[in-house]
Amino acid sequence: MILESMRAETDVLVIGSGAAGMYAAIEAAKAGCRVLLVDRSLIGRGGATVMAQMTVAVALGAETPDHWSYHYRDTLVAGRGLCNEPLSQLLCEDGPDCIRTMDDWGVGWARKNGRITQAMAPGHDRPRCVYVDFLNTGPAVSKTLRTVVNKTDGIRKAGDLCIIDLLRSNDGVAGAVALHLSSGAPVIVSAKATIVATGGLTRLYRRNSASTNMGGDGYALALRAGASLVDMEFVQFFPIGHLAPRLVGMDPIMWDPFRYKLGGRLLNNRMEEFTQNYGVAEDGKYVITRDTGSYAIMKEVEAGRGSPHGGVYLSFQHCSEAALREAFGPVIDRLAANNIDLTKTPIEVAPIAHYQMGGIAAGVEMQTALPGLFAAGEAVGGANGANRLSGNAVTEALVFGRRAGRSAALFAKRARHQPDDGGSARRAVELISSSAPQPDLNSAEAIQLLQSTMQDNVGPLRSRAGLSSALRTIERLSGALGDRPPGDGRRFDMQRLDWFDLRNMLLVARVVTEAALVRTETRGAHRREDYPNAADEWENNQYVRIEDGRIVPSKLSAPLAAVP
Amino acid sequence: MTETATLKIWRGLDIGAGRWETYAVPFESGQTILDGLRWIRINCDPTLAIRFSCINANACKECMIELDGKTVYACTARLQPREMTLAPLSNKKLVRDLVTEIAPPAERFAGS
Repeated sequence: MILESMRAETDVLVIGSGAAGMYAAIEAAKAGCRVLLVDRSLIGRGGATVMAQMTVAVALGAETPDHWSYHYRDTLVAGRGLCNEPLSQLLCEDGPDCIRTMDDWGVGWARKNGRITQAMAPGHDRPRCVYVDFLNTGPAVSKTLRTVVNKTDGIRKAGDLCIIDLLRSNDGVAGAVALHLSSGAPVIVSAKATIVATGGLTRLYRRNSASTNMGGDGYALALRAGASLVDMEFVQFFPIGHLAPRLVGMDPIMWDPFRYKLGGRLLNNRMEEFTQNYGVAEDGKYVITRDTGSYAIMKEVEAGRGSPHGGVYLSFQHCSEAALREAFGPVIDRLAANNIDLTKTPIEVAPIAHYQMGGIAAGVEMQTALPGLFAAGEAVGGANGANRLSGNAVTEALVFGRRAGRSAALFAKRARHQPDDGGSARRAVELISSSAPQPDLNSAEAIQLLQSTMQDNVGPLRSRAGLSSALRTIERLSGALGDRPPGDGRRFDMQRLDWFDLRNMLLVARVVTEAALVRTETRGAHRREDYPNAADEWENNQYVRIEDGRIVPSKLSAPLAAVP
Repeated sequence: MTETATLKIWRGLDIGAGRWETYAVPFESGQTILDGLRWIRINCDPTLAIRFSCINANACKECMIELDGKTVYACTARLQPREMTLAPLSNKKLVRDLVTEIAPPAERFAGS
């Protein structure tokens, strides 16, 4: 039975409503296009943006003199030779303008004596990170952009639309096919230009710092449509994700802002500082970069010097109650509600999947290899190379979102609606309409199993044996998944949604794992225990595409589409 | 002996034709209602529907349900070792199980 499809038509389709997607929608609409902004959950509330706790790196020069070229230099150094330099430059050069625009829109960057405050963060050569107190950067950015989206003519919004596949035209992308979660029906969206702003892939990991809707959807959509991905082996682990005691109502990356403002000491189970043994003496300050920090913690745990729950201690016992209150106000009460008193005991932290440096291969106009397909935000690969600096993610979301909105609008104005290639709409609608019982597969359990495999074998420490074992698990799960979704196909069928999520997650997990297997060196966030040093022949980006159903890695990039 | 939280959950697609299902969830101090619901999906029944994005950060605000008749966020309300009754929001249109239509009308899909 083929379910009857609903239809929509728009100039620009934006998939994902984090900062990148919302900014893209605003810019495309301001350029005179009709925009459809869709999200698989609510508009402007899920994704990674809303979870951002504090820092947004930008060369404003409000605190000390600064210039985008210094921010650019720091970004390239952190990227360990792999940054796509034009993309990094765009991020750093356009950052200040986007941040001032957000300020005009009322985001409320923290100020002292009228000047925007900028905090020092690891890897930056001067105080460069703006923020909204207290731990409110992400919610404030999301809310500000939601308000502007609501005030901008020409943007239609649709939540509960989970994109299943992009719609291919003969030479590019002509829109997308979605599963409408609140009815169960397929929706065919015809669009002159499509922007993928779906964020990253942290949901592939057991311990992650983002929303459950960050399962790498956009990477899978782009790959299946024929675009290339780049540097997918570079998954950033945030070193000091909260581990214990149990803490709810707070994002697990919240200790980052605490370290910015208060320093703090990382301790092993002998209550000794250890980062100096990994080349970085912290001396009560927060200077260790994310790749080195994650490595140092994993190695302490491996050597039997970890904390009871398998991480290390982070102590703020040097701080007085008054100092804590001044820095974090009401957050201290939220900690107390979780029975955490930082003046008395340290907490336990451990690396947590946080950000994907790799992503869809795109140029500075956010164009991909496929005409009509653009990308924005974390979905784009390359700007941060092998390791991202603190604070570059929200900047990237804003800058790349704005640029993608403008480019897609230019493209859409010169384009017509393309018919689909004669098969992609039908195939997607058939898939959404189909159903097969799967008595042997608990979809939620399968996701958990995949997450454990990725965490243990494709996490901060990797080896051929571990990566190969992960590939076997991925293979087995892919077999169990079959080629049709289970469930009754009626509204909000979670088992069915899990199936579509697993379809994407297993593909993206395979890409990350295979890319990690091929890169026989250690660089940035990619640490191979069996290849502990950086190799000159690997100072190269690695591209991945699908050819004849196979994942094909290559050091050569595919040509990008012409820009309007 | 491990303690248990007994979750009595409203299930169904139509408010007039629902049923109550009861699940025994291992209780651990500090766990939340959402932890319990996710445990049920993984260990007992993946068809149980609950809307959430941010897991435990209370950032997305999507997981509102009724716990013993009072509106709570499932991600911050704590699990307790007793019987707890979970129902969809009674002032919102039901979608399925614990999921209701909480988006403003202007943010819902309407074809064109």
